[in-house]
Amino acid sequence: METLLTPTLELDKEGYLKNPAQWTPELARDFAAKANIVLTDKHFDVLNWLRAKHAEGVPLTIRKVGASGIVDIKKFYELFPGGPLKVSSKIAGIPKPASCI
Amino acid sequence: MIDTLEKPDVQLTQEEKQLKRVLIICSKGKLEDVYAALVMANGALMEGIEAKMFFTFFGLEAITKKGADHLHTATVGNPAFMPAIPTMLAGLPGFEAFASFMMKKEMDKLDMPHVTEFFEMIEAGGGEIFACKLAADMFHLKKEDMLPQVKDIITVGDMYALAAGDRTQIIFI
Repeated sequence: METLLTPTLELDKEGYLKNPAQWTPELARDFAAKANIVLTDKHFDVLNWLRAKHAEGVPLTIRKVGASGIVDIKKFYELFPGGPLKVSSKIAGIPKPASCI
Repeated sequence: MIDTLEKPDVQLTQEEKQLKRVLIICSKGKLEDVYAALVMANGALMEGIEAKMFFTFFGLEAITKKGADHLHTATVGNPAFMPAIPTMLAGLPGFEAFASFMMKKEMDKLDMPHVTEFFEMIEAGGGEIFACKLAADMFHLKKEDMLPQVKDIITVGDMYALAAGDRTQIIFI
């Protein structure tokens, strides 16, 4: 079990936060720093949308993010390079998306 | 003599490195084959892997403006598809269109994009789409007949150049 910053944060073996309720914007900045991303307001718009959808139990896909009205797919790739849905989910403190599309 | 040869560096060979790039060649125009290519290309981009697509022969149908969103699945000569339906019946006029329609309906339920939207997603993710020159000549297809996401019509040699570099895989469909 890997821990980050404080021993009370539980991460899964791939580094995703186990309990989304423990997420804070500060934590997001730390996660983002690990992925070499400096978070802007636009990033937080996406993160908040992802967290809201996850809380609703909606399975997340890149296509849904593209249709969210928050960002288009191209911008999403630019904001979170190297696998946007995975990277953004990790920063948003939600589980790794189980999506093929 | 053999005993004196150096053993391969085990550390080096066991090191795991992520794929850097995939080149997906799609030579077929059936709905399921084209979707296999699209899902793999888009899936690669989602993992941070570069994706290039090369469409050749009947696969070209998938990147034409006319054909892209009207691909069919084969009901004849496809034993895994509706095994209970006799081949003669599956060949009746309209059957293939009906089966393809039903399949697309199921795909919609899974939130799978249509072919043209899939290409838009792949392009937005940095993927590149190419057409085969030889096949395009053979089918009398020009760039203007193709979807706007098609970057260029290229030769087989150019295609191999797309797959240059280590940690690249070529997938043929």
